[in-house]
Amino acid sequence: MEMSETLFAQYFNEESRPLDFYLKEMGGYTASKKALSMNQDDIIAEMKKSNMRGRGGAGFPTGMKWGFIPKQSAKAKYLVCNADESEPGTFKDRDIMRYTPHLLIEGMVIGAYAIGANHGYIYIRGEYTREAKLLDQAIQEAYDAGCLGKNIHGTGFSFDLTVHRGAGAYICGEETGLLNSLEGKRGEPRVKPPFPAQAGAFGGPTIVNNVETLAAVPYIINRGGEWFSNLGKLEKSGGTRLFCVSGHVKKPGVYELPAGSVTLRQLIYDHCHGILGDKKLKAVIPGGSSAPVLTADEIDVVADIEPLMKIGTMLGSAAIVVVSEDYCVVKLLARITRFYAHESCGQCTPCREGCKWMEDIIERIEHGHGREEDLAMLLDISNNIAGKTLCALGDAAAGPVMSFVKKFRADFEAHIRGGKCPSA
Amino acid sequence: MGKKLLSEKFYKSMEKLESRYPSKVALLLPALHAAQEEWGWLPPEILDEVGAYIDVHPAQVREVASFYTMYNLKPVGKYHLKICTNVACCLRGSEELVEHCEKKFGIERGETTPDKRFTVVEEECLGACGTAPAMMLNDDYHESLTVSKLDQLLDHLE
Repeated sequence: MEMSETLFAQYFNEESRPLDFYLKEMGGYTASKKALSMNQDDIIAEMKKSNMRGRGGAGFPTGMKWGFIPKQSAKAKYLVCNADESEPGTFKDRDIMRYTPHLLIEGMVIGAYAIGANHGYIYIRGEYTREAKLLDQAIQEAYDAGCLGKNIHGTGFSFDLTVHRGAGAYICGEETGLLNSLEGKRGEPRVKPPFPAQAGAFGGPTIVNNVETLAAVPYIINRGGEWFSNLGKLEKSGGTRLFCVSGHVKKPGVYELPAGSVTLRQLIYDHCHGILGDKKLKAVIPGGSSAPVLTADEIDVVADIEPLMKIGTMLGSAAIVVVSEDYCVVKLLARITRFYAHESCGQCTPCREGCKWMEDIIERIEHGHGREEDLAMLLDISNNIAGKTLCALGDAAAGPVMSFVKKFRADFEAHIRGGKCPSA
Repeated sequence: MGKKLLSEKFYKSMEKLESRYPSKVALLLPALHAAQEEWGWLPPEILDEVGAYIDVHPAQVREVASFYTMYNLKPVGKYHLKICTNVACCLRGSEELVEHCEKKFGIERGETTPDKRFTVVEEECLGACGTAPAMMLNDDYHESLTVSKLDQLLDHLE
């Protein structure tokens, strides 16, 4: 791939949206034509070869996930697109949905065929009202052109696709919470097993994939799994990645780069032109607000799944939040923790109670009322949340607390001992 | 139940949507969205009517509606300002926007002006972090905000 060629970013403008453009300029719906004449196992094999790792945050190999779907099922199977995009710092899927909705629709047609599903849903966060309308329009265009619905491309395969709006709940980005929400229930995560591939939406075998993951599928089918895999610069991490950079950089935004080709430093200083006001860097959150924080000395790491895992954090949804020296990290952690306390669904006691306790303690430290024993207590509470809850929200809340306290301990101590924020 | 409060349009759109799901309960979220679009919020009698239509207990409607922050179980102003103050937005000055609104309207966050025109709330991440700070005004996004841009927007509302 040439540096100027991207799968998505070059099309991130209003002109790319209509079906007409997609057909003429992007080879639209040629991949679904090709896929629908292929053997389903061969599609899944191609996905495995592509080394596509789920773009929602967990990084699970997509081909392997599709392979978990039972061939025979008494109950209807479903393909669900997770368009909840709720991890703070993440804003890439919105661009795919508003600028290249047909890539997503075509990817879903292929995925549905591969797993044997005749129904699919795009579960989109409720706030994306405009994007939901644009998707509805694109879906109608696809129906009218015979690319969706009954007997797609005359192959006999049928697939109906429906946009389902969420209504403001972070936890619905968790796949089983999402499925409950789709079924008209509270978005509370389910006990696993059974995993969605066995019993998901409406009790049927279900695959849940992120927007970016599904939107890459037409490319993988048209140009081959090996081609896609080779776009990535690391083993087992194929394709390009949409990095969402926000916070104190001069040019925040979505940057599409080959997976494993770029360090955090390059993203921040080369692509985003450095820190606002040329201030010093204080901290970087590399994978959405639940990813453990990094200090300014730790950014020469390749921004990909394994390298970040090796240094104790995660790439998550590739949402990079950059913090300059003049923003108080205690205040930032207080805000992050308040979010998790607010979004805890309340099913698991460690998360429901612990997140609120952590929020209260960090807020009192921020306001200068912290006590000597508070940091030890914070670590104790976070240890008692992590790994002790049904879903990953508990870990998501604990990780930031543990890492901020460990890496910026002096800032917390200064608040406690000085009785106020040193920068206030 | 007496006269229906929700419009014919509501019932028509729900009937059309019903074939999209294998269970009628799945209509609950879309129905609450559509009902709120008509009423601006979800008063008890509307929740009951939605429940009766979907054939679920009124308690089940409330249990679900109260889980999601977008469903207004109390009346809101004509202009509902939802200002994101999550990580990316707070780094880019969203607190200033909230404080400005509080001063401008003489209310605290979470409140509605006495003339029922404005409600100001702090919102969790809107997924517009690259153009922070962001807010929603009713259904629409407004991004890369500053206090002066916000004033300009608010001063031009009817």
